[in-house]
Amino acid sequence: MIKTLCAKIGICGLTMLIPGLAWAEDKAKWNLQEPHTAVAREMYDLHTIVLVICLIIFVGVFGAMFYSVIKHRKSAGHRAAHFHENTTVEILWTIIPFFILIGMAWPATKSVLAMRDTSSPDMTIKITGYQWKWGYEYLKGEGDLSGIADGVQFYSVLATPHDQIYGNAPKGEHYLLEVDNPLVVPAGKKIRLLITANDVLHAWYMPAFGVKQDAVPGFIRDAWFKVDQPGTYRGQCAELCGKEHGFMPIVVEALEPAKFAEWAGSHKTAAAPAATAVAAAAGPEKTVAGKATGDGKGTYEKVCSVCHAAGVAGAPKFGDKSAWAPRIATGADALHNSALKGKNAMPPKGGMTTLADADVVAAVDYMVKAAK
Amino acid sequence: MSAVIGHDHGHAHGHDYHSGGILRWVKTTNHKDIGTMYLWFSFIMFLTGGVMAMVIRAELFMPGMQVVNPEVFNQMTTLHGLIMVFGAIMPAFVGFANWLIPMQIGAPDMAFPRLNNWSFWLLPPAALLLIISLFVPGGAPGVGWTLYAPLSVQQGMGMDLTIFAVHILGMSSIMGSINIITTVLNLRAPGMTLMKMPLFVWTWLITAYLLIAVMPVLAGAVTMTLTDRHFGTHFFNAAGGGDPVLFQHIFWFFGHPEVYIIAIPAFGVVSQVIPAFSRKPLFGYTSMVYAVASIAILSFLVWAHHMYTTGLPVTGQLYYMYATMLIAVPTGVKVFNWVATMWKGSLSFETPMLFSIGFLFLFTLGGFSGLVLSIVPVDIQLHDTYYVVAHFHYVMVAGALFSAFAGIYFWLPKWTGHMYDETLGKWHFWLSMIFFNMIFFVQHFLGLAGMPRRIPDYAPQFTDFNMISSIGAFGFGLSQLLFLYVVIKCIRSTNVAPQKPWEGADSLEWTHLPTPVPYHSFETPPTVK
Repeated sequence: MIKTLCAKIGICGLTMLIPGLAWAEDKAKWNLQEPHTAVAREMYDLHTIVLVICLIIFVGVFGAMFYSVIKHRKSAGHRAAHFHENTTVEILWTIIPFFILIGMAWPATKSVLAMRDTSSPDMTIKITGYQWKWGYEYLKGEGDLSGIADGVQFYSVLATPHDQIYGNAPKGEHYLLEVDNPLVVPAGKKIRLLITANDVLHAWYMPAFGVKQDAVPGFIRDAWFKVDQPGTYRGQCAELCGKEHGFMPIVVEALEPAKFAEWAGSHKTAAAPAATAVAAAAGPEKTVAGKATGDGKGTYEKVCSVCHAAGVAGAPKFGDKSAWAPRIATGADALHNSALKGKNAMPPKGGMTTLADADVVAAVDYMVKAAK
Repeated sequence: MSAVIGHDHGHAHGHDYHSGGILRWVKTTNHKDIGTMYLWFSFIMFLTGGVMAMVIRAELFMPGMQVVNPEVFNQMTTLHGLIMVFGAIMPAFVGFANWLIPMQIGAPDMAFPRLNNWSFWLLPPAALLLIISLFVPGGAPGVGWTLYAPLSVQQGMGMDLTIFAVHILGMSSIMGSINIITTVLNLRAPGMTLMKMPLFVWTWLITAYLLIAVMPVLAGAVTMTLTDRHFGTHFFNAAGGGDPVLFQHIFWFFGHPEVYIIAIPAFGVVSQVIPAFSRKPLFGYTSMVYAVASIAILSFLVWAHHMYTTGLPVTGQLYYMYATMLIAVPTGVKVFNWVATMWKGSLSFETPMLFSIGFLFLFTLGGFSGLVLSIVPVDIQLHDTYYVVAHFHYVMVAGALFSAFAGIYFWLPKWTGHMYDETLGKWHFWLSMIFFNMIFFVQHFLGLAGMPRRIPDYAPQFTDFNMISSIGAFGFGLSQLLFLYVVIKCIRSTNVAPQKPWEGADSLEWTHLPTPVPYHSFETPPTVK
């Protein structure tokens, strides 16, 4: 008996000690992330309410059980009573939980209604999930700000280098939660998101905003947020979407509205002259088309290999002669064109719209050479 | 066999009616043999799925990719889920059903013994298909056990093998269920009215109906995936008029009752064990039966709570939230009844009782995290994070698996005729209890902090908890080898068990049958007062 008691104390100690050690160090680790929108705050509070109610019931029920475990044991000489029903008690413990649940459902219902109200936005952004990156496009439409950035579009890809993931370089501060082009929005404005996907399910998940919405190919879903403060916020894809699912983070940069207007202005002018698919805008410090390096192999390894190394989504595999032969037969120009403009599941320039055309061409030639 | 031994009908029949060697097991129609095979099969699958869990936890021990590549990681999560659900937990409880239902209702065997043989022998080929899928081009599907389209449509031929495995497993479950329902409704001994049946039999009667209702639905979902993959249909492809979310509706119409298919027989086992070691009858037997039945009915009405983030209409979110919260009422009734059974009993804490109390404590914790997840706005934060992983492992491992361990230790003396080693049994319990909480309690924090599930690599702020979780996982895995040792030691032991080793046990297998139970029992039905 002493042995079992010791073990019990051990368990309690274990569950309390581990949290105790690091508690002071970083409180955010133990709960939902710090909320930065009104909706996320409601979620946070709702979780706290439900957790406290559950804890009270838990302590009550298991207080009774452990009292029984200690007092009503055979080894302590306790004789068993013989009751096996009590209608009053049974009715009570059916009805009381029902009212507790109504108490939880009431505030939850109010939050759901608020959370789903996407009406009267200041600006609308279309989000598209790809295997494995996010596409953002600022739409023309409802709201005061809709004209500021409409037409700006770009892709957002993991920026953590391969070497950090595979242990050949020390991991950076924002390991796996950094992208080349973050989504830029004005703080304090209601942003409506129209979310869809190009290939399989993805989910746009931004914990600090209280937004998680599946991206369903062929359908458009909506969500919204209004960030309190300027800042950088990080999230991830939350729906399994294939091998790189863990490597398509989301970064949102919220700017003061004036700074946002500046950002939008510079990107609109960059985007406007080129009305073709190549027109996607890049991040703040990057030009639309990067400087050509003419390095076909490097470009392949950096960009094309994401799909072409393993033959993802119907992409012809690197070095696979039978897959490449019919494509090579269409001629070099046709191949270059499909790489620049996109074909089937492949977006223009493989999604890396900042590449110089010459580099794309060089990469295609490099791949063709390997498959001849 | 001499005439003298002939009076000892158990022993005589034990050698008269079955062939020897491996053919005994291939040809057997005896419910005890088949129950034994189900239990060993599920244990082998439990170790197989467990090895996959070890691969997952090894990769997640620290940030960065070290052990496997992301494709293999996804294959491991998929197969771990499928194997544990369909290969380990479900067959384990069918094993209990085979062994116990005929003995507890005073029947000589299951109603359809040959069907029983066939429903077991479908399992090994299905399991083989799942394992083989790892070695075909493209490997096993890397889509998660939920097999969501359209990702499942993109997969290699491993997906097709998985689909066929699911078909076969479904057939096995349906045949097993027909057998159980027919046995319970037709083969009860005189005087064994429905409301006198041990609660374990009741829980299986209800579970069998659930299985017959939902296994064909799952078969439909995977068949639609198969035709989308190969025969040009577009059930889940918007370009052809389909909808990817349709798959989720069909899957979870199966999937939510499936949760209760796993949990309800576990309720049944615990409802036998707790009264036995409390030396007091089960509190509120009638309300237990009604609570299980209402949980079963509600389980058909809440499926889309797995889909709050798919873009359900707001009225849909509200309806599914209310309906889901309602399940807390009958579940609460069950927990209160178990505690009231212990209240003022004369408790002793042998291994089966320890596992049952562990079940009660941790399953209730899993129930509370389920209640948290039922609240739509909170679920928006927690859906598809490690909080959900923690939640369903509290329900499936601390719930179903702990209750299965309780049942094994409880009935092992009856089945083998020998007592198991109580000290080692207790060690197994405490090791499992401590390591289980190490693995999964910290995952609640990971989920709250926003770590998505099914990712092979993670941001450094999640490192501490993942390390604790992985260490717990290795410990938990090793502890299960101790369980194997205890069982083998018990089978080979010479420590003879009495007919009724547990003072408070009162169902027919304890009161009417010798230990070990003879190969054929209740050839003439007992009369139940």
